[in-house]
Amino acid sequence: MIRIENICKSFDGTQVLFDISASFERGKTNLIIGKSGSGKTVLVKTIIGLLPVDSGNVFYGDDNFTEMNFKQRKHIRMQIGMLFQGGALFDSLNVEKNIMFPLQMFTNLTLKEKLARVDECLDRVNLAGANKRNTGELSGGMRKRVGIARAIVMRPKYLFCDEPNSGLDPKTALVIDQLIKEITIDYDITTIINTHDMNSVMEIGENIIFLHNGHCAWRGNRKEVLRSDHEELESFIFASDFLKKARAAILAEK
Amino acid sequence: MKLFYHIGRYFIMLGHMLRKPEKSGMYWQEILRQMYDIGVGSLPIVAMISFFIGAVTSVQTAFQLLNSFIPDYYVGFIVRDSMLLELAPTITCLALAGKIGSNIASELGTMRITEQIDALEIMGVNTEGYLVGPKIMGAIIMVPFLIVIAAYLGMLGGYAAVAATDAVENPMYIKGLLVWFKPYYINFMVIKSVVFGFLITSISAYHGYYVKGGALEIGKASTKAVVYSSIAVLLADYVLAILLT
Repeated sequence: MIRIENICKSFDGTQVLFDISASFERGKTNLIIGKSGSGKTVLVKTIIGLLPVDSGNVFYGDDNFTEMNFKQRKHIRMQIGMLFQGGALFDSLNVEKNIMFPLQMFTNLTLKEKLARVDECLDRVNLAGANKRNTGELSGGMRKRVGIARAIVMRPKYLFCDEPNSGLDPKTALVIDQLIKEITIDYDITTIINTHDMNSVMEIGENIIFLHNGHCAWRGNRKEVLRSDHEELESFIFASDFLKKARAAILAEK
Repeated sequence: MKLFYHIGRYFIMLGHMLRKPEKSGMYWQEILRQMYDIGVGSLPIVAMISFFIGAVTSVQTAFQLLNSFIPDYYVGFIVRDSMLLELAPTITCLALAGKIGSNIASELGTMRITEQIDALEIMGVNTEGYLVGPKIMGAIIMVPFLIVIAAYLGMLGGYAAVAATDAVENPMYIKGLLVWFKPYYINFMVIKSVVFGFLITSISAYHGYYVKGGALEIGKASTKAVVYSSIAVLLADYVLAILLT
């Protein structure tokens, strides 16, 4: 479980996060949602320590991450897997070497064991046999799946996904969402997904916090989203007339 | 104030670089890769520049000394000392600042904006150590070799030029290369090349590592890397000249 308490963050005098507290539960897909510029990415980067917080605390389990030194943070980071928006795959390495990189850097496994683990991860993301492909020749969806494979290769306790569906067609986006959900349950990990994709919210939103102008404006789950009368959340999730009508129809049926 | 900010951040980057490697083998692999890229990759341009610098220096010197009372073998002597003391290390390193410097800045800049550096950090890798350290080590090891080759090819270029133009008889040129040779000049050249190699790679890495923005900023970082590392090479050249002569 990850817990954040009273996180504040500003850049050059402009505050972008205001006193945010939340809990992200283990075995669940935790979503941070909000419009572009609402502070989602900054919040995720502060949780994983890529950006220092101005004030507040981040706890991984019972350990206060914000008070840790470099060595202690490194220990926590080795338990973190992250899927980046663009995949962040290493251009100079093929798929196999990308996934194998953390194993080479942090483990003493034999080459055979490492290759077996890579195959296992590729199989898990439905990319079996793609070992020798160059990252440059992969589609957007495949890049994300390789990114997920690399993120889970060290059997992390925590998985972060930054805009996992951006740039993907709806069907592929759904596949990625389901994959992340399955991995969260199978590996029993704490997953935090930063997204503004409405489909993701409705598909896998088990624990959602909604950021608006740097404030935590709402929290709940996908069922509660439908019934929420929060004005900002409503205008964000059900932005088009079509979605507003669809929501009204669903609520009327129930 | 901005200057002090950059200088401070540059030294912090170097400090972080010195942390204990996660796995020495991976770092050695990366150092070897960088040695190959910097050493073998830069050899053609270094060879071409130094050969022609030597050739031009010998022709110009021969022209200046024509019909004077100064013996012909002074051409070889001047070419040798010029190449060892100044032209091979400084001019070659200025060319390397352009080639290696822009390459390092754009490579690290691209890694930064495509979040590859963030990905490494989240894995727990010391990114300054893994990405910057091997580049500096690779340059410190390979640039002296390049400079020694440059000095040799410069003298060879001078020989070829005087042979082609008959400006000086070949034995006289060879005699000039051999007279009053001070082995200390080789040490001086190697010390210079180590310092220049360090400055070029560390300054360029600094500009690439801290890029913010997009493709435009990577281009600007590459330009800054070349400009500032060239200035640093010239400044260091002056300081070393004072300290070591």
